[in-house]
Amino acid sequence: MNQARCGVALFAMDNDQRTIMAIGTKKGLWLAESTDRETWTLNGPHFLNLEVPSVAIDTREGRTRILAGVNDWHWGPTVVYSDDAGATWSEPEQGAIKFPADTDTALARIWHLRPDTAERPGVVWAGCEPISVFKSTDSGENFELNRGLWDHPHRSEWGAGFGGAAVHSIAPNAADENVIHAAMSTGGVYRSTDGGTSWEPRNHGIKADFFPEPFPEFGQCVHHITADAEDADRLYAQNHGGVYRTDDAGDQWNSIADGLPADFGFVFLSHPRTGGTVWTIPLKAAEERNPVGGRLSVYHSTNAGDTWSEQHAGLPDADWNAVLRDAAAVDEHPETVGVYFGTRGGEVFASNDEGAHFVTVAQRLPDVLSVRAAQVNGAGQ
Amino acid sequence: MTTITVEVPSVLASTLDGQRSLQVPLPEDRTVGSILDALGERYPLFARRVRDERGAVRRYVNIFVGPDNIRRLQGLDSTVSEGQDVLIMQSVAGG
Repeated sequence: MNQARCGVALFAMDNDQRTIMAIGTKKGLWLAESTDRETWTLNGPHFLNLEVPSVAIDTREGRTRILAGVNDWHWGPTVVYSDDAGATWSEPEQGAIKFPADTDTALARIWHLRPDTAERPGVVWAGCEPISVFKSTDSGENFELNRGLWDHPHRSEWGAGFGGAAVHSIAPNAADENVIHAAMSTGGVYRSTDGGTSWEPRNHGIKADFFPEPFPEFGQCVHHITADAEDADRLYAQNHGGVYRTDDAGDQWNSIADGLPADFGFVFLSHPRTGGTVWTIPLKAAEERNPVGGRLSVYHSTNAGDTWSEQHAGLPDADWNAVLRDAAAVDEHPETVGVYFGTRGGEVFASNDEGAHFVTVAQRLPDVLSVRAAQVNGAGQ
Repeated sequence: MTTITVEVPSVLASTLDGQRSLQVPLPEDRTVGSILDALGERYPLFARRVRDERGAVRRYVNIFVGPDNIRRLQGLDSTVSEGQDVLIMQSVAGG
């Protein structure tokens, strides 16, 4: 049984020319809509005063489902979804994500919601706090704990980053559904090659300079991972200090930080169709955590990080706010991919030309924690 | 059958068919835990708001029996006497 929590008159999604953006913040969720990705209409807040650290827009199965991980500091975390562009929201009464009784554990926060590929409709992944992976096969209405990672012998040695101890990135392999990469802070990258039954650390080459031994088997503070669009064995990692690429599914990571103004940051984005095309948003070192010199820029590569170019058109010359890991996204527009991100200062930017120029979508929102955008699929209300 | 009154804040009313005050039977063991268990069977979303999946009362939720917070009594084993109300409130928290 589902229960609608709120109803707000919203957009009329009656064609597929519209792009919708979900913006999760420290104190609510906003939705933005555009037909040209240049001029945006902002609507909200939904779930006012509740933290929304994760959002996803699932355009598979002939509909546009917005999923949000909502955290109510009083009444607990939950996953809600809307199939009508935010006009109504539903959540399973029993809770979409909950730990089994034998774990004696309570869900603390939903950090990451990740629809799988188009070839695996209904599959949605969630990365959660405490460190865990959940999988849904019914489009995010019910999730099941991944026991392989939960029971991993390394668990007692995993730590908490500044924001908590969580799995924050999940990268299902597009070519082989048995291969999944997950990243946690702190613990690093883990890989499963048997559909999640077992997991092995895959951090060779990723530095952990906060340990006496800077290249441990695990324990790294990887901030985000994402998969390449065309090469199933190629992934990228934005680390606590360092930017890396692997060409062998994580067996060896190599630095691709040369050419960037800093190797700290949280964001890493991969083009949905073109291999080697990626974006990151560097921040000045762990001690400062803001755009280098206050100049907010995206860095773009078309050769898998071998070289980088700055994208700054439309972005502020003076901005001292960080961009968090889930607060950036690309869409899958068939012509030119859109690039989106929001800052902890509550500004949201969008580019309809793969980062060549940005427009401001919103200002003075609460801290932006999560951003996703997608072209609307199927008629809404 | 003895009944007691359970009162909830307005934000929880939607999980209880719009009610902010309910008359519920006093269970045999008279404990707050059993009262919440019975309510939770009928209103699972209410149960999930007040307690986590371990059954623990959420950190920033306070439950009073009469004037007393159950955290200063026996927690969910605190007993309710005939004539006492159970009041559920969110604590002062946030920023």
